[in-house]
Amino acid sequence: MKKFIAVLVENRPGVLARVSSLFRRRGFNIESLSVGTTERNDISRMTIVVDEDERTVEQVVKQLNKLIEVIKVSDVTDNSVHRELALVKVNAPPDKRGEIVEIANIFRARIVDVARDSFIVEITGDEEKINAFIDLMRQYGIKEVARTGVVSMARGSKVTSI
Amino acid sequence: MRVADAIVKALEKEGVEVAFGIPGGAIMEVYDALYDSNIRHILARHEQGAVHMADGYARASGRVGIAFATSGPGATNTVTGIATAYMDSSPIIVFTGQVPRAMIGNDAFQEADITGITMPITKHNYLVTDEREILKIVKEAFHIASTGRPGPVLIDLPKDVTQAEIDFDYPERVEIRGYKPKIQGHPKQIKRAVELIMKSERPIILAGGGVRISNAHPEVLELAEKIPAFVVTTLMGKGAIPEEHPLCLGFIGMHGTKYGNLAVMDADLIIAVGCRFSDRTVGRFDEFAPNAKIIHIDIDPAEIGKNVRVDVPIVGDAKHVLREMIKLIEFKARKEWFDHVNELRRKYPLRYEFKEGVVKPQYVVEKVYEMFPDAIVTTEVGQNQMWAAQYFKVKYPRQFITSGGLGTMGFGFPAAIGAKVANPDKVVIDIAGDGSFLMNIQELATAVDYGINVVVCILNNAYLGMVRQWQELFYDKRYSATRLRYPEMSFEKIAKGFGAHGITVEKPSEVEDALKEAVEVDKPVVIDFHVEVEENVFPFVPPGRSLREVLG
Ligand SMILES: Cc1ncc(C[n+]2csc(CCOP(=O)(O)OP(=O)(O)O)c2C)c(N)n1
Ligand SMILES: [Mg+2]
Repeated sequence: MKKFIAVLVENRPGVLARVSSLFRRRGFNIESLSVGTTERNDISRMTIVVDEDERTVEQVVKQLNKLIEVIKVSDVTDNSVHRELALVKVNAPPDKRGEIVEIANIFRARIVDVARDSFIVEITGDEEKINAFIDLMRQYGIKEVARTGVVSMARGSKVTSI
Repeated sequence: MRVADAIVKALEKEGVEVAFGIPGGAIMEVYDALYDSNIRHILARHEQGAVHMADGYARASGRVGIAFATSGPGATNTVTGIATAYMDSSPIIVFTGQVPRAMIGNDAFQEADITGITMPITKHNYLVTDEREILKIVKEAFHIASTGRPGPVLIDLPKDVTQAEIDFDYPERVEIRGYKPKIQGHPKQIKRAVELIMKSERPIILAGGGVRISNAHPEVLELAEKIPAFVVTTLMGKGAIPEEHPLCLGFIGMHGTKYGNLAVMDADLIIAVGCRFSDRTVGRFDEFAPNAKIIHIDIDPAEIGKNVRVDVPIVGDAKHVLREMIKLIEFKARKEWFDHVNELRRKYPLRYEFKEGVVKPQYVVEKVYEMFPDAIVTTEVGQNQMWAAQYFKVKYPRQFITSGGLGTMGFGFPAAIGAKVANPDKVVIDIAGDGSFLMNIQELATAVDYGINVVVCILNNAYLGMVRQWQELFYDKRYSATRLRYPEMSFEKIAKGFGAHGITVEKPSEVEDALKEAVEVDKPVVIDFHVEVEENVFPFVPPGRSLREVLG
């Protein structure tokens, strides 16, 4: 079962190491982890995606809460916006360029770099959308992919802040 | 004020009276500051010993234990001690020296990333990078180590930080937004628990180490008598109720009492207080107390539902929660159940076979108990630990000190030194194994140096006995690397070489005299009891089995 967990942490060196050390030690599998600043400069926010059974997810949440530098943990799996950004460098020989641009348009992706025989395409969306786009690009030959990991935020009035 | 002086002054403000450690280059400023302090410093002979001493002090006194070590090897030597304290939720603070800030990360001489190394075995740790934060960090460290579920905290001090100048402005209060232990149990959950108790015909209280931590032993006793319910404990919970009390069934688990284990399996309700359902206590998780509902009271929410299913979880401090429960409980006689359990107790007592002319290890512990029922007892790890747990009937909390979670050989002796420092007027006895004692034997020098007169009773079976027992029972008696003794080896002589007193005991008739002598001489004492070599610990629930499948 895939769960999306938002974690507010103290914005201090070493906090990311603590969180990842916890996952390693307890044998929890992280599917993706992203971290960045928030509306406050003393707090960072992580979005962690785990694919574990319910009991394990409960342990993940409880163990995270035990870390002194973790301020708040919330499950933002349901009724939330999940977004990820990917950069895809794809082979783009002259005879395929039109096709690639067309597919990119359908996905609302943008060509952000044009070289003699390749593009970098930037795409945002939920994981499925990005996976689908990457799959379509394979036929042209993908040179590299960089993904940010998912960030999530609950819709409406529910907030993860302090 | 120099940071080093500020740290020592902060410790004084926190009421620290004693600290254990070994100096070295990176922590010399702090030692320089200690030179003028009223804090008594005990120079250990190995940093592992220093940390176990601080741990033993903490467990015996309920106060925060303090240890110091230098950077690099000094710091890495503390690791086993810290992990031991972590597993048993013992409040200690370890200060380590570190190379100067500018050199961190350069593989400087005696640099070790001790905050990285100890991340998974501390409740929290700090690398101090800004000298202006040091006092806040020390204040937080005491708070974190000693509240909620206690545990070790490490503070890593770069040398140039300890040399820097700050104003001494020690905070009065701490406020950590990510750390707010929950003390009061949820009233609705407490009510549900009480309903289950009132409905139960076969209730048992399972008391763990959390009872001691929260000083909830009076409440455990009151609850047990009011329900009424029998009480079993975990190894760490020994002392949660006087073990000679008629409601106490001793400790359960791998080498627990057979009647205690069977009673738990027959119960229809387990009221677990401050315990974590470790594998050594519950045997097979999925077959533990199959007919029982489980109420689990613990201050650490992560322990609830971690190992066994729980029907009524109550997060809170044991003392508070039990007080609330007691108010709502009404006495209800449960004669059938009491008769049944008392019958189990009659049928399956702890026992061992006596053999003419041979010192049985159990006999030694029985004698220790008979002669010094008020002594503080620490243990090493292995068979000695289990015999100590089985035959020494604990009267009061903090009387029995053992490495339950990590099972650290070499813990008992330095822990005894720490416990004796906290209780100079009590007899303190380490029930030891010959293998374990060798792991921190150098602390004899510390004990002699400071006149810390503890008594080490080595149950010398010439083996890494517990491992040998498993080899006998599960590995076809292939005693691979477990034989210890050679004829020239003499613990008595070793003890004397350190300036302690040594006694060798080879006959049962000598046991009592040796123990008498041990508390009369004004020195640390090592008694080398040459006990039956291939004695096994029973009862024995083989690993991974249900508590019903108990051998012996
Ligand atoms: C530091 C450490 N190393 C190894 C072990 C594994 N171990 C558990 S019991 C034991 C034997 C202990 O021997 P001894 O101290 O003589 O005690 P006995 O079982 O003979 O009473 C060993 C090696 C351990 N618990 N701790
Ligand atoms: Mg032995």
